Amino acid sequence: MRLALELALARAAGSLSRLAGRGGGTTIPGKVLATIDPGAVGALASRLPLGSAIVSATNGKTTTAALVAEILAPRLRLAHNSSGANLVSGVASTLLAARRAELGLFEVDEGAFPDVARRIRPRAVCLANLFRDQLDRYGELERIAERWREAVRELPEGSRLVVNADDPQVGDLASERPEAITFGLDDPAQARPSLQHAADSKYCLRCGTPYAYAAAYVGHLGDYRCPACGHGRPRLGVSARAVRLDGLEAASFELVTPEGARRVQIALPGLYNVYNALAAAALARELGASVDEIAAGLERAQAAFGRFERIAIADRRVLLLLIKNPAGANEVVRTLLAGGAPRLAMIALNDAIADGRDVSWIWDVDFEPLLERLDRVILSGERAAELALRCKYAGLDVSAIEVVPDLEQALDRGLELTPAGDELTVLPTYTAMLALRRIVARRASVPQYWERAA
Amino acid sequence: MSISVGHLYPDYLNIYADRGNIAVLEARARARGIDLAVAAVGVGEQLRPGEHDLLYVGGGQDREQALIAKDIATKSDELEAAVAGGAAVLAVCGGYQLLGRSYRDRYGGDLPGAGVFPLDTVAGERRMIGDVLLECTFTGELRTLAGFENHAGRTLLDAGAEPLGRVVAGFGNDGRSGYEGCRVGRAVGTYLHGPLLPRNPWLADWLLAQAVAHRTGGEPPELEPLDDALEAQAHEVSAARARSRGGRF
Repeated sequence: MRLALELALARAAGSLSRLAGRGGGTTIPGKVLATIDPGAVGALASRLPLGSAIVSATNGKTTTAALVAEILAPRLRLAHNSSGANLVSGVASTLLAARRAELGLFEVDEGAFPDVARRIRPRAVCLANLFRDQLDRYGELERIAERWREAVRELPEGSRLVVNADDPQVGDLASERPEAITFGLDDPAQARPSLQHAADSKYCLRCGTPYAYAAAYVGHLGDYRCPACGHGRPRLGVSARAVRLDGLEAASFELVTPEGARRVQIALPGLYNVYNALAAAALARELGASVDEIAAGLERAQAAFGRFERIAIADRRVLLLLIKNPAGANEVVRTLLAGGAPRLAMIALNDAIADGRDVSWIWDVDFEPLLERLDRVILSGERAAELALRCKYAGLDVSAIEVVPDLEQALDRGLELTPAGDELTVLPTYTAMLALRRIVARRASVPQYWERAA
Repeated sequence: MSISVGHLYPDYLNIYADRGNIAVLEARARARGIDLAVAAVGVGEQLRPGEHDLLYVGGGQDREQALIAKDIATKSDELEAAVAGGAAVLAVCGGYQLLGRSYRDRYGGDLPGAGVFPLDTVAGERRMIGDVLLECTFTGELRTLAGFENHAGRTLLDAGAEPLGRVVAGFGNDGRSGYEGCRVGRAVGTYLHGPLLPRNPWLADWLLAQAVAHRTGGEPPELEPLDDALEAQAHEVSAARARSRGGRF
């Protein structure tokens, strides 16, 4: 009875927030609920007949959860926080909104994972990677890894754990649960010649010696082994072989599982999306999906909003590519180059809490290969001037740099410089991406993010 | 003319824009016709007396810092000799702590330091995170430094030791003293990480002039001014951030 009353209150708050034009109201109901009854989130989750699954990672959690949703959607009614509201309040709001759901599917912020896991007692957890990201908000990588380990130890008995074996810190969590499933890439042809500048976790967890990499794929993700003590990548349970990257459009790979292998084509570009697909496949498998269902779901999936999104504005298009930390931005740059680099780009840097207040990370991104090919770059957002210095000291001629802090003006300038029928490439940070989508939505008719997917 | 920069432990201490600081030194030296040769100095490698005109030590996370603490302690005499010989030093965040006498981590373990700066650091419970603005007067003019700090360590300077600047906004060395960083001759240590030199080019030029003086044995030269319009703009935004949201207890 009490819970019912609280739920009604919380739902009303969400409707009010939407009516007031304050965004999607995607977190307000959950905040109300979590405030009036901290135990309610767990109580709501326990009503789901098939339990809940969590995806957490620094990079790719929204896309990975969206892929899992696509795989399971034909068979199950999901409570899925598809709008990216991934703190306790977002999970609570999703639970409130999905009254007839059978299974909860939640992407969860890496800092919030331990708390959310304790509350909703998931039946399956997928932990995909840890990169340096917003150290001003999360603290150091090691601390998050320690907190993840404690949370994994406290998972309910019978909870299934899926981890990325290619990430030393994350792969090692498999040792906490003997039945854990590992995933990783098994295609040395896709390896980078060396670790990237911003590589993290490159020293042996056991003895501190630098790992030797048989293959380094994305940041510090790869096939690593300590030459001193032998600590290395665990055996792969689910893997991708014979990867083919098809520029900005697609990727394909052989998905290898204990139940057999399938060639899979995804409409998402880049090696990082192969990792997302692998994570989704391994988690969906733990949730009972067959190899055929997994392959079919991955092939149907579209990019999660703003991660890689094309939006038409009159006779031009805007290509939005979210950047939020060095490892993720490096992959965006790499994928962009593989698709044939643009001559003009817009980069937008904000420094709200959701972007990270510390903008130092832009210096750890390998922007150089992109900048070398640009004739002109438009820099926008509240910290546009910092981006200007990043570009200047990367060697870009100052006359090729335009600083336009206002996002709408910058977008207009970019579109003005884009020939009709052509595409403007935009790399925004999180809040800049949301603001740009609002601007674009006013002009075109893009669904707002809380209206997408079900 | 060519000056030599020794970059200590770039494989370990490279978090947040350290390569940006180096890129700024290179570009601003080149604009004055000075060649900058940067050499990595790694674990187990010796610093030969007088070899480097400028030494750079960047920041790292706790784990990386612990991995190299032992090695930097073995370089203590060489580093002190370099500073006494007039080499310029820029040590940032973790590098600043490591060039002090000691660092006590949050588990109570002691890491030895190089002892270049007369200070000790103790890890505290709450991290000091936020935008910072400093006023510095050591060049003879009033200058400001705008940056970002993120450290658990509380750094206590010996009585009489000279801080880098007065805190206008932000935490600084320990969140209480009202001062930030430390300066010993041509050696500068600071918690201001990230793009410190890009948005504070006067400090880059001061360090370059000191490095040239070390090379020539003469006085630091007056470097010709450059077009710093973008730098000034970034400095302004960063300084405003510190004034409006710099950290305090």
